[in-house]
Amino acid sequence: MSEFFAMGGYGSYIWGSYAITAIAMIALLVATLRGLRASRIERQQLEAVLQSRRPRKNKKADKTS
Amino acid sequence: MHRFAKPSVFLKFTDPVLPWLAGVTALLIATGLYFALFASPIDYQQGDTVRIMYIHVPAAWMGLFCYVGMAICGAMSLIWKHPLADICARATAPIGATFTALCLITGSLWGEPMWGTWWVWDARLTSMLILLFLYLGYIALVNAFDDPERGSKAGSALALIGAVNVPIVKFSVDWWNTLHQPASIVRMDGPSVDPSMQVPLALMILGFTCYYFVVLILRVRLELNERRIRALQLSGMFDQRSDQDSNNEQNYDAGHNAEAKP
Repeated sequence: MSEFFAMGGYGSYIWGSYAITAIAMIALLVATLRGLRASRIERQQLEAVLQSRRPRKNKKADKTS
Repeated sequence: MHRFAKPSVFLKFTDPVLPWLAGVTALLIATGLYFALFASPIDYQQGDTVRIMYIHVPAAWMGLFCYVGMAICGAMSLIWKHPLADICARATAPIGATFTALCLITGSLWGEPMWGTWWVWDARLTSMLILLFLYLGYIALVNAFDDPERGSKAGSALALIGAVNVPIVKFSVDWWNTLHQPASIVRMDGPSVDPSMQVPLALMILGFTCYYFVVLILRVRLELNERRIRALQLSGMFDQRSDQDSNNEQNYDAGHNAEAKP
């Protein structure tokens, strides 16, 4: 097992490469998901505010989710 | 084509695809990792460091793939003013930048033990660094204007001009003397990589490509939300204005002009 992690003496280079790739790809995904959630909440709040302000006009704006 | 730009239509098409695509991505990368780390042989010259190739080459491929996609979207946005093209270009840039940076970092981690240096200013490495700067320049440029339309015009122009760099990256190993090894997958006489190494490489390339599309769909949704928020904020301000105006008709022109030149 330790032989596997040593990777023929190049362990730090190889595991370093894999670790930084995993971290970057997961971080990008998480940042995107968080941004998406925040924008969805903000949009829904704005839609609710505007809807309460002008009850007549909001039929068109309802379609997007 | 224009109907795809509607947020509701985009959601209708991508909603059922997204979970499947995410599952396929996870599966491809998991099997790719298994082959890359366990079930593939060591290189007769490079030993275990060849395993870095299984993320370095897919990352490089994604760096170029994303750039080509971004440039095509930029062109479509300039020519047809298609809103979704601009949104896709904006959504692609950070993904491409991430992969290009990963390609440079993993290349460095490969170069140190194999070449004896982290970095050399040769054609392949330098053109790849320029690719990263093109991404960063694009991201900075599209966000530098108050008017998003102007930002995307400038950004699309930059993306198109920068596309010159893509063939330079690809052929840099043939055109100049370099430490970097020549092309071994896409070449006239077929791949020169052993099949046992092609399997993990192909799986990782496919996995990274699917990952790109997953994040792209999410980022397009994010961008659509932000555009809607901007539109709502504008209409909200307009509503407040018209409320005030109906109270005091005479102030309309004065108020309007004051707002127009802050």
